[in-house]
Order: sequence, then C-alpha cells, then structure tokens
Amino acid sequence: MSADTRTAPDRQSRTLQTARTLLASRETAIVIVIVVIIAVATAMNQSFLFSGQGWRDLLLTPSILMVMAVGSAVVIITRNVDLSVGSTLAITAYLTGRLFIDFPGIPILLVVFIGTLVGAVLGLINGALVAYGKVPALVVTLGTMYIYRGAVLTWAGSDRINASDMPRDFLHLGTMQILSIPLLTIVAVLVLVCAGYWLSSTRSGREMYAIGSEPEAAKLYGLPTTRRVITAFILGGALAGLAGVMYAARYGTISASAGMGWEFQAIGAAVIGGVAIFGGSGSVWGAAFGAILLLTINRTLPIIGIPDFWQRAVVGALIIGAIVLDRYLSARRHRQLQEARDQT
Amino acid sequence: MWHNAHKRSIPALAVLAVGTLALTSCGGDNGDTAEGDGEASGEELSITFLPKNLGNPYFETSNAGGQEAIEEFGGSYSEVGPQEATPDGQVEYINTAAQQGEDALVLSANDPSAICGALNEARDVDVAVVTFDSDTDVECRDLFVNQATAEGIASAQVALVTEQIGEEGEIAILSASANASNQNLWIELMEEELEADYPDIEVVDIVYGDDDDQRSFDQTAALLQTHSDLDAIVSPTTVGIAAAARYIADSNYAGEVAVTGLGTPNQMREYVEDGTVESFALWNPEDLGYLSAWAAHALASGEIEGNEGDTFEAGRLGEYTVGADGEIVLGDPFVFDSENIADFDF
Repeated sequence: MSADTRTAPDRQSRTLQTARTLLASRETAIVIVIVVIIAVATAMNQSFLFSGQGWRDLLLTPSILMVMAVGSAVVIITRNVDLSVGSTLAITAYLTGRLFIDFPGIPILLVVFIGTLVGAVLGLINGALVAYGKVPALVVTLGTMYIYRGAVLTWAGSDRINASDMPRDFLHLGTMQILSIPLLTIVAVLVLVCAGYWLSSTRSGREMYAIGSEPEAAKLYGLPTTRRVITAFILGGALAGLAGVMYAARYGTISASAGMGWEFQAIGAAVIGGVAIFGGSGSVWGAAFGAILLLTINRTLPIIGIPDFWQRAVVGALIIGAIVLDRYLSARRHRQLQEARDQT
Repeated sequence: MWHNAHKRSIPALAVLAVGTLALTSCGGDNGDTAEGDGEASGEELSITFLPKNLGNPYFETSNAGGQEAIEEFGGSYSEVGPQEATPDGQVEYINTAAQQGEDALVLSANDPSAICGALNEARDVDVAVVTFDSDTDVECRDLFVNQATAEGIASAQVALVTEQIGEEGEIAILSASANASNQNLWIELMEEELEADYPDIEVVDIVYGDDDDQRSFDQTAALLQTHSDLDAIVSPTTVGIAAAARYIADSNYAGEVAVTGLGTPNQMREYVEDGTVESFALWNPEDLGYLSAWAAHALASGEIEGNEGDTFEAGRLGEYTVGADGEIVLGDPFVFDSENIADFDF
C-alpha cells in the first residue's frame, strides 16, 4: 500500500510526514497540473474561468466521467477491470429516456434509482462471472461490453431519444447550478467523498486493497475475496448506471452509441490518477482528478489552437506517461524499502 | 461494423446516396423499360411501398405522402418492409411484389447492389421500380427520386444563416466526421457561395463532432469558448445541429448565437419551441413519398418511359422532368420553423 507505514513516528514527525506525503502524492501532482492548465487557458482566453459559462463548463464537463472513473478505480484496485461500463451507460441512458416516454409523469428520483439499480445488476453479472467463473475480468467484461452494447442496439435500433421526449425539469437538472456549482458536479463530488471514505477508512474498503495487492494471500488470510470482488463490480456498474442517467440529463439526445469508448476514458482517468493497473494501490481521488485532467485538457487544446487530431494523441501520451512514472516510482520505492531492510 | 451503421441518422444516411449517384457515370440506355406500356392504363394501379424498415418515423411520413398521391390518382396502396434495415430483409418483399404482379414498387434501398438481382427479376415481370431516398445502382431501377442536390443543400443553408444573422458576421461549421464526403462537399459549396455573395461573413472554424452526440456537444462548447464573437453555428448534420442547439439552449449564448443547418423536426422540436433555433432545413419526406408515387404512376401507366427529358405531372407538386440516369430531383430543401414544425413527426 503506502511506504509511510514502515516507521512508527511520533506526533511531530507524523504531521511533517503527512505534509510531505501530501506534497509528493500523485493526487497533488495532478491537481498542480490541472491548475497550470486552467491558468494557461485562462491567460489565453479570460472567459475560460471568469465567465459564468466558462466556470460552469469547467465543473460540469468532467462530472459524468468522474462518477465512472470512481467506479472503475474501485474495480481496478481489486486487480480487475471493467470494460463494459460504457455499454452500461448506454443502456441506462436509453432506459432513462424510455421511462420518461413510456411512463409519463414518472418521478425523476425513481428514474435515477432505476437507472442506478439496472447498472448495479449489469455489474453483478460481471462480478459473478469473474468471481465464480474464475474467468479473467478483462475477458468477461470485454464480452459483456459487446453483449450490453448489442442489447441497446437491438432495443434502440436507429431510434434516438430527443430532448423533447424528456420532461424539462429533468433536463434542467443537467445544467442547474446551486450557488454557482452545477448539480451534476455536486453529485459527482458526493459519490467521490463517500467512495473515498469507504476505501480509506473502513475495514471492507481496506480489504479491497489487500485483495488487489495479493489475491492469493488475501484468500489465505481469510478475506471474503469473492464477495468483495462482486461488490466492486456492483459498485462500478451502479456508478456507470448513475452516469447514464446523468448523461441523459446533460446531453438530452441519446442514441445507441451513447458512451462509446467511455470505458477507456474511465480506465485512462484512473490510471493517470495513480491507480495501478495491477491493483492494490491508488485512490478514487486520483481517479477523479484524472478525469478532470483528461477532459480539461480536451477543452483547452482547441483554445490554444491545437488541432482536433492531436487531442487524442495527448490523452494517449498522458496515459503512457503515467504508467512510466508509476514504474519509476515503484522501482524507487522498492529500492528504498530494500535499503531500509538492509540497515536493520 | 455495427458501431458505424447506427451512428448516422436515417436522413444523413440517405443523403449518402446523393453524392454517390452524382459520381456514377453509367450509360442512360438502361432506363428504357417500356413494360408498363398500355397494359396497366385504365385499370387501378397497385403500388407497393418498401421502406428501409418499418416503424421508422421518417419513412412513415414518406409513405403517408405516397398514400396521399395514390388516393389522388386512384390506385391501391400497400406498405411492406423488414423490421430492421438490412438488404436481405428487403429481398423477400421484392420477390413477393413480383409474384403478386404489382404494377410498381417504390423503395428506399438498404444496399445499392445487394438487392439488384431481385429488383431486376421484378422488372422482368413488368414491375416498375422507383427508388427514393436511397438509390440502388442505376441499372437496377427505372427511376430514382432524389431528395435534394448538393447545390440545393448548400444554398439553403447559406440562405438560412444570412437570414438569421444578416450579411456580416462570424460563423463556424460543426460537421460530422472529417472524411464525410457529403458534408465536405456541402461545406465547400457553402464557402464558395458565401465568398461570392456575402464577403463580410467569415467562416472562422470548421470542427468535427463525428456524428456523436456528446462529442458534437463538447465541440460546440469549445467553439463558443474559442470564438467570442461568433454569430452562428451551421451544422449540416442532424446529430450536430441537435447537440449544438442543446448546448446553446442552456447557456448564456442563447439568443446571441444562432444555430441552423440540417435537422429533423423531432430532434429539433424542443429548441425551436424554446426559441434557441429559428429555422433549419431538410427535405420534406412527405413530399418525397408523394412525388415517388406519382413517378411510379407515370411509369406504370405508360405515360413516360423513364428517359431523360420525359415530363410528368405530380399532383400538387406540379410538373417534373426526368434528368440524366433516370433521376428526378424533388427540389430545394424544406425549411422548418416554429410555424410548421408541429405538422411533422419524424
């Protein structure tokens, strides 16, 4: 997990160490990069930050991906991966529209609940196949990615849900602001805080890391690995389901191709945010910051005048850069640990 | 495969055929099928409509137009079609129409060549074949009713944008993908026309939303952020225009930046009603079906043979002339605005 537990420090040095860890952590690094990018973009174009619209877009754009990235981070921490979240989003986004069309006057909260629940069920299918079928998550979720997408393609066909099919109140949620903070951003932050607390401060949350670090050891130690892995997938699916409802409110138009490729953005965000792809380390905070970084860069590049075509390349470079940095850091930490052991 | 097929909305797909057709340079000697001669005149014509798929609001509208025409000239109308827009699904209906001895088959092709064999068999037994919306290869049908020409689409959009922002200002174009040939041709023609007739209108940027809702939406945000003096966004794709309108409707730009282009009434209804969008264009599918039925009537009753230069009456739409390769052009795109949008459901 983290290298800072190897000594038992007194109070003062603990404070110092906390400060040092905070400064050296991946999360801080990303926040600094995000701030720099926002500063550059604002310098080029004042309205990026200082106009009402710029401020709102800055917060609103990453919200949906943040929710998905938090789910993906939890799954990856258990040394699994969920490629089906983009397709799950498409199903629940389309379902949201259908519910409003087929059941006029259905309460919005009920729709949010159903969307999340359906996402959770789709996640449960993944989790059960991975945990009981002993099939690698990559294979299982690659399969369900196509199956879920196929399901929504068959269901929706060339049909699409249009903004006029959904109630104005619901669409309004997609852009509404409370004290200048968009509602969707508040939802994303709430999800983040809850998931962050659960992972870092509860027994079952910590067990997620243990399972991801060394599944065999975790099992021998008697941790309920099967149950925990399934929980991770259910959570990932439920958050993708919630993201689907948010997508419907935000974009207003839903076709069967909604969320295509988002699974990779969510995983990319988690990896950039310092969640190791082989599990066991990282935090949902990092993943959420990774999502903000990805989408903020995407919005900044056109302002700086970098052509469309390079935007994807930049995302790729970021992911590779993050992994190289991870390798370097873990090699260094390994060396430090070894030195510390040799000294004793 | 599947991830491309469904991305374009039906009208966008339909337009694909327009560009392809313009490039086809086959001889015109294959359109002279005189099988309809005399044989059917005087009796009731039976005409079958075969859309790409059933339950598609776009084709329901065009079929309604066809039915209206057939009632006018007194014939029997029937509608068949596959559940999904696949070529093999259409073949069986073509065969059935041929076996039942229909006088004419009016269809929108799911594939330009895959249904050719079946169509030619039908033509061998004197079924007049008229394609509309999406054409087949020239040698497999008698007439093609084309919804619009590239020039018509380009100048309709120029007319819309100049009407909305006046004769000077900055506009940006939100297109489909960078390699979409239809869109690129229209944009090129629009730029030419703007340069020639409206030198004070500047196209400041062309961006690509890949006919993806979310990407088009984000590209709109970036456009508005980058060009603070933008007066209008023109989107010659149904996905793009809806995404741009959705973004602007809920932003501080509402009322300041105009949105226009090609869209479908169902996708745009919300934004026309709330005033974000003043007007946009597309052909009228009802007229398209109506004209196709009249073309089938002219052909099956022997009034025309489908040669270039043949003319026929098409009810309320007036007289039409068959162009090269048996092509009939419906006319200028239809403009939808708050006055008429309620009359359409597709």
